Amino acid sequence: MNLNLKIWRQSSPNDKGKMADYKITDVSPDMSFLEMLDVLNNQLIEAGDEPIAFDHDCREGICGMCSLYINGEAHGPGKGITTCQLHMRSFKDGDTIYIEPWRASAFPVIKDLVVDRTAFDRVMSAGGFVSVNTSGRTQDANNIPVPKEDADKAFDAATCIGCGACVASCKNSSAMLFVSAKVSQLALLPQGKVERTERVLNMVKQMDEEGFGNCSNTGACEVECPKEISLENIARMNREYLVASVSSEK
Amino acid sequence: MSVLDSKIPEGPIDKKWTNHKNHINLVSPANKRRIDVIVIGTGLAGGAAAASLAELGYNVKAFCYQDSPRRAHSIAAQGGINAAKNYQNDGDSTYRLFYDTIKGGDYRSREANVYRLAEVSANIIDQCVAQGVPFAREYGGLLDNRSFGGVQVSRTFYAKGQTGQQLLLGAYSAMSRQIGKGKIKMYNRHEMLELVVVGGKARGIIARNLTTGEIERHSAHAVLICSGGYGNVFFLSTNAMGSNVTAGWKIHKKGAFFANPCYTQIHPTCIPVSGDHQSKLTLMSESLRNDGRIWVPKKKEDAEAIRAKKLKPTDLKEEDRDYYLERRYPAFGNLVPRDVASRAAKERCDAGFGVNATGEAVFLDFASAIQRYGKEAALVQGEDVDNSEVVTHLGKKVVEAKYGNLFQMYEQIVDDNPYETPMMIYPAVHYTMGGIWVDYNLMTTIPGCFALGEANFSDHGANRLGASALMQGLADGYFVIPYTVGDYLSGDIRTGAIPTDSPEFDEAEKEVKERLEHFINNKGTKTVDYFHKKLGKIMWEKCGMARNKEGLEQAIQDIRALREEFWKDVRVPGKMDELNPELEKAGRVADFLELGELMCKDALTRNESCGGHFREEYQTEEGEAMRDDDGYTHVSAWEYKGDPGAAELHKEDLKYEYIELKQRSYK
Amino acid sequence: MSNNRSLASITQKVLMALTGLFLCTFLVVHLAGNLQLIPGMGTREGFNEYALFMTTFPLIKIVSYGLYASIVLHAIVALILTVQNNKARPIRYAKNNAAANSSWASRNMGLLGTVILAFIIIHMKSFWAEYHWGSLPLDANGNKDLYEITVTAFQQWWYSLLYVISMVALAFHLMHGFQSGFQSLGLSHAKYTPIIKKVSMAFGIIICLLFAIIPISIYFAQ
Repeated sequence: MNLNLKIWRQSSPNDKGKMADYKITDVSPDMSFLEMLDVLNNQLIEAGDEPIAFDHDCREGICGMCSLYINGEAHGPGKGITTCQLHMRSFKDGDTIYIEPWRASAFPVIKDLVVDRTAFDRVMSAGGFVSVNTSGRTQDANNIPVPKEDADKAFDAATCIGCGACVASCKNSSAMLFVSAKVSQLALLPQGKVERTERVLNMVKQMDEEGFGNCSNTGACEVECPKEISLENIARMNREYLVASVSSEK
Repeated sequence: MSVLDSKIPEGPIDKKWTNHKNHINLVSPANKRRIDVIVIGTGLAGGAAAASLAELGYNVKAFCYQDSPRRAHSIAAQGGINAAKNYQNDGDSTYRLFYDTIKGGDYRSREANVYRLAEVSANIIDQCVAQGVPFAREYGGLLDNRSFGGVQVSRTFYAKGQTGQQLLLGAYSAMSRQIGKGKIKMYNRHEMLELVVVGGKARGIIARNLTTGEIERHSAHAVLICSGGYGNVFFLSTNAMGSNVTAGWKIHKKGAFFANPCYTQIHPTCIPVSGDHQSKLTLMSESLRNDGRIWVPKKKEDAEAIRAKKLKPTDLKEEDRDYYLERRYPAFGNLVPRDVASRAAKERCDAGFGVNATGEAVFLDFASAIQRYGKEAALVQGEDVDNSEVVTHLGKKVVEAKYGNLFQMYEQIVDDNPYETPMMIYPAVHYTMGGIWVDYNLMTTIPGCFALGEANFSDHGANRLGASALMQGLADGYFVIPYTVGDYLSGDIRTGAIPTDSPEFDEAEKEVKERLEHFINNKGTKTVDYFHKKLGKIMWEKCGMARNKEGLEQAIQDIRALREEFWKDVRVPGKMDELNPELEKAGRVADFLELGELMCKDALTRNESCGGHFREEYQTEEGEAMRDDDGYTHVSAWEYKGDPGAAELHKEDLKYEYIELKQRSYK
Repeated sequence: MSNNRSLASITQKVLMALTGLFLCTFLVVHLAGNLQLIPGMGTREGFNEYALFMTTFPLIKIVSYGLYASIVLHAIVALILTVQNNKARPIRYAKNNAAANSSWASRNMGLLGTVILAFIIIHMKSFWAEYHWGSLPLDANGNKDLYEITVTAFQQWWYSLLYVISMVALAFHLMHGFQSGFQSLGLSHAKYTPIIKKVSMAFGIIICLLFAIIPISIYFAQ
């Protein structure tokens, strides 16, 4: 099939950037979206043009590196998938496809479709961990039974791949789903409960400092999340935060 | 005696590690603060090492080419992690895990290392649970296990099909904690492009800031290479697009020996190639083989009809199907080790029984598992066991609970519903057992330069068992290197900070810059991908699942010619001082073009078949691999001599004191 | 890059939820009283009596100050949130298919809120301010005849229309806002959240429909 592409081009963080038009022909429906971009890039290089920079790595939907806003949706059409799992069979011949980077002041564009998501790393450094050293002398893994339901919920929250689709699709560029997934995972497990008060306060503080917007509970993040992380996590974080704010001695 | 000293401690095998730890040199906390350690790569090995060393008090500088340490490709490991916990009381023990790993590795790994791996495996689970890793649990709240290919016990801990992700995020969160404390300085989007050796010791690296293109100098008292495997030399593999051998290859060229490069693991259950546009292959967890049955049609005409889409696999009667693994290996059936399963698939497809358009696929069928689970569920829930609709429905639900995400992934890629029709799978390059040669302390032949995880060669011999990669990465990072690096660094407590203005740094930086400039200024006509794909094809055809002398010799010629063409005719657009993915790729492919030749050379000199290395000349009448224990019970460690073709072979003899060498049999 | 916040994002949202849900309870009370205005549902004197009670009974007076404060706080925090949210995304998407992932109301709470605020100002000027400081006629019992000016106002078509439009805005605002308030307070539960969502929908529609019936019925009864 043949497609018209409208792609954001921006040579550097300080460049103003603009949408540019490209045409691509003979696209196979079995191609993944990123393979389609590979083909386009090789054509651009052969024609002496600058290829389009985009982030990608594992190409199997787990590393969280790919990050394209396709036709007005994070990771494009389709539920529960990342950009690299999107296949061209989701489009039809003659379609026009808009491809843009994540938009958030906390995720500045580095080049073309590549954005800087280190804000997430800083939020994690603020409290997304259990303070346990690697001694090899922790207690036996089976000493504390964890109800299966809690373990499963913690796992569901922990499947977050940190891609930033939640921020990208939120009208306010809020990072609540990302942060709440980690807060929830650790709040649900006995190992994480020890530090829950400080964790939620610190992570939310860092989240706010990074310049993410506020949560309007629109639920867009949950719908666009490639791992279908539940809004329930946001509620849990709100609860954790409220309790922590009231009970904290600081 | 060769130049290789594996430094295996004295004493009985189950005491070696404890004795070694007891007699190792230590660095006091006050001195650790004065010592810098560079860690390249932030996967399970690198992430765990960086976090553990920072906890101990060293100043760690960690580097990854991705935009965050959380994205390292360990994250993609699906099935699970082995540990000799014996929670299931099914006869597991440290010894049995040790034995299985040695046997699975086709008796080509170092006993002492493997025993240590089995010994610390239980600690890994304790550690990860303490970190908040949400492993799968039973209803009683205790940890669940499953069985995995090549073994007869259930010792695999898992988190659905995302075990690697959960373990990596555990290591990442441990790292995050140290980053927050300032004990780890994290360099995201940085790529190591050279090792700096000063006075015979590894003292730093040259790295490129991939965002700005800036070439940076970083010094340290030790450098840890945790950069993963080199499967991308095949272009198509289950590795991430950015996975590369550059860090390993650079240290090889600076004096680190490269061991057993030809040992590559071809994973049997991957989604088949769909066309020329294919950029990577997707693995379907080996755990699927616990319940899926692998088959091809018995009759060629049926295979042809299926290929032409004239016949549906579900229409084929039971007696017309060839469950070839169950037929050939009744004891292990579909759970034979990966190398055996992969070769058996290739054998059937080569014989004309392949089932997809290209003839390179076999079926992985869940129909019987759905019936079996469905009946069980019907009994438990008091439903009618004879109502096939109810049974099928319940069975699908059980299968969904176990493998739902994998089935979903398959459907997304192939556009076919695996609950209704059998999956199609084919082997793909997945893991490289070979890697940088290290001694018992994980130190390479360059003092102060260590290699951990998949980047080293040490624990898996010629073939890795499922769920052992995660175990090894974390064992190296959490439990081995924190001791052994201290032993080495105890000699460095008075050294002080390493200056970066030495001639050695100047020289290394100059080399790096010249190379990058060459790429940018070379006005070639072909893209980097063009060369990478060509290399991959040569490697897959001649140094893939089956190799022979003639093919390998041809491959060496072809790779040399391709390498020459690459340097002459590659086109790299853009500039040096900006984010330039093509420039990154060019550097990586240049190294693969050298490594590929060494792999073929290694395969050519190993005149036997073992594990992932199958030489067609050396097989039994039934087509099974034939080892030559008298001639090849050694590690082939290659020393760089100015050109991959001129590499010099050093042998480390493998001594088996606790396990008797046997012909591997899964029949 | 960073937002200089005096309150944490979640604290702001909690304030929105608390004031919003409090205003929801007010709506119920307000509606209950005003249903007397529907022709045939109450008497002039009864309504005026009720108005007098509502403006003089001490406990209700105290609550009414809380109400004014809630409206002001809800609006101010909303303004702060909106400014912060706009700052969090300085460059918009060239193409944004928001309808694929969220309801129109949830994305337009600011717009809806502004309409409602404008309505509240007009509404309070017409009745509340008039009642307190205007020169109202007295009814048979000697009470200020709020009934009279209300009915007169609603007999004008444009005034009633303004009310109906405002009630539509309020309905959408409530449909999202009511359940959103529970979420912001962390009150989420696998069993009850779906019910809260349904209640939220019903609450928005029923309250506003009943409110809208008042001017409509008065207009058509004249």
